Parts: sequence; structure tokens; C-alpha cells
Amino acid sequence: MIVAVASGKGGTGKTTVTASLASLWEGPLIGVDLDVEEPNLHLFLHPILTGEETAHLTIPVVDEATCTYCGACSELCQFKAISVMGRLILTFPEMCHGCGGCLAVCPEKAITPGQRELGEITWGTAGRQGFLMGRLRLGEAMSPPLMRLVKARLEQMLAQSGGDAIIDAPPGVSCPAINAVIDSDVIVLVTEPTPFGFYDFQLAWEAFAPLNKPLGAVINRAGLGTGAIYEFCREKHLPILAEIPYDRAIAEAYARGRIIAQISPELQGTFVSLMAAIRGLAQEAAHA
Amino acid sequence: MSKIAVSSEGPSLDDQVDPRFGRAAGFVVVDPETMVTEYIDNGRSQVMAQGAGIQAAELIARAGVSWVLTGFVGPKAFQALNAAGVQVAQNLEGLTVRQAVERFKSGEVAGAATADRR
Ligand code: SF4
Ligand code: SF4
Repeated sequence: MIVAVASGKGGTGKTTVTASLASLWEGPLIGVDLDVEEPNLHLFLHPILTGEETAHLTIPVVDEATCTYCGACSELCQFKAISVMGRLILTFPEMCHGCGGCLAVCPEKAITPGQRELGEITWGTAGRQGFLMGRLRLGEAMSPPLMRLVKARLEQMLAQSGGDAIIDAPPGVSCPAINAVIDSDVIVLVTEPTPFGFYDFQLAWEAFAPLNKPLGAVINRAGLGTGAIYEFCREKHLPILAEIPYDRAIAEAYARGRIIAQISPELQGTFVSLMAAIRGLAQEAAHA
Repeated sequence: MSKIAVSSEGPSLDDQVDPRFGRAAGFVVVDPETMVTEYIDNGRSQVMAQGAGIQAAELIARAGVSWVLTGFVGPKAFQALNAAGVQVAQNLEGLTVRQAVERFKSGEVAGAATADRR
């Protein structure tokens, strides 16, 4: 089972929920940080890193001596990362999505594959669990290509170790966020009951519900704000899997990079039942 | 004098200069001596998610003009126009195409060295 922990906006406690679940998960688990723009799961799980690789995207390199400026590549590329201007060919490597279309379409074989560095993929162990993360290169604008490579490695790791994975997804509802949850079996949406939190939560629900995956909510800082979010969940038949109270001790623990499930027996209980609720949600869907 | 292209909200000399280069509705290509015009539609660039400026620069390069008069050119399109040997004059929004061309002819228009706004 792959569980994706997502949120409509940053700062809702998504990572702290991921880390807490990972710390007490029963059976083998890989904790995955797919929030590649700002990975921070490692700050809570303190992994021992054992492997590292630099991830690349294949981009076109044109041999001007062979190019006839026919324009086939430029016509094909919807991102305009390769462009023919009269008797001139330009490439914009940072805009390339690495689809390989231009390489395939060039009748003169004037394009050869080059590389753009996307970032780093690192992995290791965190306690008895596995750990995997991607970190986007500073200045790199596209996270989905790197995320796909992280997910490919996750597949390899799961094939070896078996068990489950829990993904810390990027916040928001844009392409990277969808990319992070698309291969999961269950999506857990972390939110807070404030007006802003509720607004982003609705956007997240609208973005994720059409994926037709089991979806549940975790309400962080419960007790703040209004009841609107509870009403919304009832209306949409969206199960509330757990509520984490608003508590100073939690904020302090978070600031110190501690796992909040470990600060009190009550909180530990909350996360143990959250884990059970997630498993329940997955099973329900499997039997439906 | 060779032809110039003006980013425009419509096909005539009396339409407004479109402040955007890449996502302009189109380009009025003008021969400054005869004031004869042609219109290049830029609708395809307008709907692109990415690379509108480059697409527009391709159209301009193909039209064989030596100058572009517009509001603002983004950095990538600027680079592309530069490479194609097309000079760029910015900050001409708020004028009609005709006014922009007149201003150009009187020599009051300077070529931009970078894509930055004044
Ligand atoms: S690989 Fe795809 S996105 Fe990149 S330049 Fe070629 S066609 Fe465009
Ligand atoms: S398709 Fe090949 S030959 Fe044609 S313009 Fe592109 S690189 Fe040059």
C-alpha cells in the first residue's frame, strides 16, 4: 500500500503527520519525501543515508553542421524549447520537458541527447524503516521529472523490501502535487480548521476527488477556527481519520524536529488509530 | 528602410499597440516608407502554456523584419529575437500602431539592450 499525505497549502502539519505515521508504522515501510522543492521529512526521521544519485533529464543538443533548419523539431515541440528562426536554431534547455519528440522527429539525425541536471536522489534507513528523498537542484523549475525518477526508485526499493510506503507530497494542487499522489492507494489530506485552511482544503478536495482514490482528512490544530470543515466533510462523505489537538507542546516539539507521536501517550494513540483508519480505508476500497 | 513589426490588438494602423509581445493578438508589419501593412495573427502563441514569446519570435523572424515595436518582451523571446538579428523597442504601449511607427521614424525610439523594463 502506498499512502500519500497531501495538503492544500503548506504549513498544515503534513510532514509532521507523515513522520509520526512512519515512526510507529507496523511492518516494513519506506518514508518518501516527494516535496522535492523543499524536502524536510529527513529533519524529523533523521535517516542514515546510504545511497545517492544525480538525476538528469534528456534534452536535445543540435549539430548545426547537419541541421537543415527544416523546422520539424520546432513545429513538434509544444514547449518551444527548441526553435528554428530562419537559418538559426535555438534551444532553451531549461524549458525542455524531456519528451524526446524532437530527437525522434529530426529527419537529418542532427539532434543528439544531452543532459540537464534535475537534482539529487538519496536513500537510506530511518530506524527499522527505509527512507527515500528527492531534492530539486536550485534554479531547476520543473519538479515532476525528478519526482518520476524518485518514484521509479521507490518501485525498485519496494520490490526488494516489500511492505508499504508513505509519501510526503508537495503542498498545493498543482502539477507536482497531483504527480505525487497519482500512484498512491490512499490519499490523506491534512488541513486545519481555520478559514484559510478550509479554503485550500476545498481546492484540494476538488483536485483530488476526481482521481477516484480513497481519500480521508486529518484535522490538525483541531479546536481552532470554525466548524465549516466538519460540515463539508459530512456533505462530501469524506471521512475524518484523525484530529490532532491544538497544543503548545506540539508546536514546541515540531520546532525542535521531534516526532509529535512520541511526545505523549495520547498523541501516540491518535496516530496508532490513524494508521488503522488508513488501512481500513484502503481495505474498504479494495473490497468495493 | 526595411520592415518593422508592431505588436497589436488588431490588424490596422489605428489599432492599439498590444503591450505584450509573446501573447499579443497579432503583429502589424509595416513598411515605414510606404506605410503598407500586412497582418500576422498570433493566436497560436496566445493559447500556449509555455513558450509564447519564442513562438512569436519565430513568426517575426520568418516575416523578415528588422525591428519589433512593443510594450515588453520577455527574456527568452528577447534572446531569440536578438539571435535572429531583430532589434527590439519596448515601452510603446498606450499608442496606436501608427503613432508607434511615426515615433520610430522620427528616431525617438531606442533599441533595448536587455529585456528589462525601463
Ligand atoms: S525533448 Fe520534447 S520538450 Fe524537449 S525540446 Fe525536444 S520536443 Fe521539446
Ligand atoms: S528537425 Fe533536425 S534538421 Fe530539422 S530543424 Fe530540427 S534539428 Fe534541424
